[in-house]
Amino acid sequence: MTERKTMTRRDVLKAGAAVAGLGALQGADLNLWAQAWAQSAPWKPEKGAKLQLMRWKRFVQAEEDAFLALVAAFTKATGVPVTVVSESLDDVQPKASVAANTGQGPDIFWGLYSLPHLFTAKCMDVTDVADYLGKKYGGWVPSAVTYGKSGNRWIAIPVGYNANVINYRQSMIEKAGFKEIPKDTAGFMQLMKELKAKSTAGGFALGRASGDGNAWVHWVLWAHGGNLVDAKDKVIINSPETVKALEYAKELSTHFVPGCAGWNDAFNNKAFLESQISLTNNGVSIYAAAKANSGKDPKAKEVMDDMNHSLWPVGPAGKPTEFHICYPMLGMKYSKFPQAVKAFLAFTLEADNYNPWLQSAVAYITHPLNAYDANPVWTSDPKLSVARDAAKRTLTAGGLGSVGEKAASALADFVVLDMVASVCTDRATVKDAIAVAERQAKRIYR
Amino acid sequence: MNRTKASSWEQLRNNRNWLGFWFMLPAMAFLVLFLVYPLGLGIWLSFTDARIGDPGKFVGLENYEWIMGDSKFQTAVFFTLLYTFVASVFKFGIGLYLALLLNQSMPFKAMIRAVILIPFIVPTVLSAIAFWWIFDPQFSVISWSLRQLGWIDGNINFLGDAWNARWSVIFANVWRGVPFIAITLLAGLQTLPPSLYEAATLDGATRWQMFRHVTYPLLTPIIAVVMTFSVLFTFTDFQLIKVLTNGGPAGATELMATMSYNTAILGSRIGEGSAVSTAMVPFLLAAIMFSWFGLQRRKWQQGEDND
Repeated sequence: MTERKTMTRRDVLKAGAAVAGLGALQGADLNLWAQAWAQSAPWKPEKGAKLQLMRWKRFVQAEEDAFLALVAAFTKATGVPVTVVSESLDDVQPKASVAANTGQGPDIFWGLYSLPHLFTAKCMDVTDVADYLGKKYGGWVPSAVTYGKSGNRWIAIPVGYNANVINYRQSMIEKAGFKEIPKDTAGFMQLMKELKAKSTAGGFALGRASGDGNAWVHWVLWAHGGNLVDAKDKVIINSPETVKALEYAKELSTHFVPGCAGWNDAFNNKAFLESQISLTNNGVSIYAAAKANSGKDPKAKEVMDDMNHSLWPVGPAGKPTEFHICYPMLGMKYSKFPQAVKAFLAFTLEADNYNPWLQSAVAYITHPLNAYDANPVWTSDPKLSVARDAAKRTLTAGGLGSVGEKAASALADFVVLDMVASVCTDRATVKDAIAVAERQAKRIYR
Repeated sequence: MNRTKASSWEQLRNNRNWLGFWFMLPAMAFLVLFLVYPLGLGIWLSFTDARIGDPGKFVGLENYEWIMGDSKFQTAVFFTLLYTFVASVFKFGIGLYLALLLNQSMPFKAMIRAVILIPFIVPTVLSAIAFWWIFDPQFSVISWSLRQLGWIDGNINFLGDAWNARWSVIFANVWRGVPFIAITLLAGLQTLPPSLYEAATLDGATRWQMFRHVTYPLLTPIIAVVMTFSVLFTFTDFQLIKVLTNGGPAGATELMATMSYNTAILGSRIGEGSAVSTAMVPFLLAAIMFSWFGLQRRKWQQGEDND
């Protein structure tokens, strides 16, 4: 810290101008900028502050590297050391819940979906950070507001989304007589049928895959106008729309590759990378993995060159009904260093940090702030550009209802996923499956 | 006044009965702190509607009434019992067989005994990941081999079909649990006095007779202990299922332990999750009672017909 350069307000403005051009600052530049930022930012970390952050374990190495670079820049600029702890995606929530309950643990949690809404009273009020960022970067997308706010205050900063899109092999759908993924559910059914008949079959996870499984079953339910609950959290799953959704899912699953009912989140990645399937739903991480190995493995290169991504078809509901993962970052009220926490949250989403991070994540992360539509990652590779709108298109956990702990509970219990899976695997009739889901949902939403 | 106090203190310090109590105290405190308290808390929580961050209020038997009527819970109880029973029977059979084999003198005995332990040493999560590959719907080595042999056309749907998935996870559990039983029974076998076998040989006993009337009766106490542990471990298994199927497809391989975790921790309904785990207690007690009053009776141990 001895060689810290002092910067004037003018330098900060200059740095800001560089941001406008979206020039990604690297190495020394980033540190210089970070120091200037630390001096002008509205949040001054407490003396002797140190932070602990728990995040989900990365899926794309380059994303984590860029995140850690960002953390290092923050430490250099503010003198606040930040320890980053990685936990597997499913473990962040229980750990955060325990920390909230006992009042001690990491200062910052970076988790999934409705995490902050499980213990709203224990989350730091970060309204000032959200307002600051929203004003500076073109406003928050609507779903970010839903995930971030509880009542009138912001309890978390949704720092990114993970687009869950259709991954497909161009050559294989062409063999089935299609040029692109159909835009409606009827056409999509036809595609899956032809793929199985004439080309290579595809498939979606029907096992208890919390990411990919939940993404597609909610899409199919919502696309047909079905919903677990209405806007007042009243259970309305027992509806003709749900019946239609289940009948569609059942027919669709007859065109799947065998074994989908046993898939967890990783199985489809492996099968796709080995050209065993033509189509599945996933983040853009398969593409990233293929790209990473394309240098040494000709098979990976073939997958990379041939594959593409598509948004989900629109069903009878008449509007996009996608379900992308949201990654909110939240500060805990018990933290002894609230200013440092807020400074970190704001720092993360500042263009000089966020832009290079977005780029390194190669579209695995989608921004929640409109200004980042201009990030080069969305134009540099046309195969990744579909992920740009994930945050704008996604519906939120709980569908029409609240995003709180009830929605999280229903997701954790696989209410919708098990309903669809039991119908598709012939373990229950449509009527029985709905009855089980309804009974469970009524219990959760009582 | 002061004197009487001091004397009663003296009494407490020197009385032999109290002395025993003092020696027991650390162990008791340990048990209360780490066993009785969590168990009691779990049972108490099962009578509340606690959620994470909310201690909840007393709701009586409401959680139990709910889970009893819940088809997912019923499936979980059914599968937990099936899983425990089938896996334990196989583990016992294979374990005993291996123990008898290993008790023979053979070349590389020490090395073979060490190799047998491998499934037990490998962390559960790692072995579960290995089983992913064995049971993978697309890349299963079993499907592949059978396809190469021309015995089957398509891949076997190990984890996607409810019953296939059940047998698959039971197989994985057996694979993992056999070494513990084999090695413990082997230790038991080595304590059996050779003189009995000499006598049996002189009497012209066949190998089967020797096993039936010498080995088996003498081994019973160890079998009782080992099988009690095995049943308890299997009944409360968690990691293997969590990693391998997470209870899928559609809850077919859900165990009470995984269901309790999903409900209480991931679903944040602590009261209901506690009710699920508390519902395991009667089953576990029954297993312990069975081994205590059934398998450990003296006449069984000594192989006598009369009491």
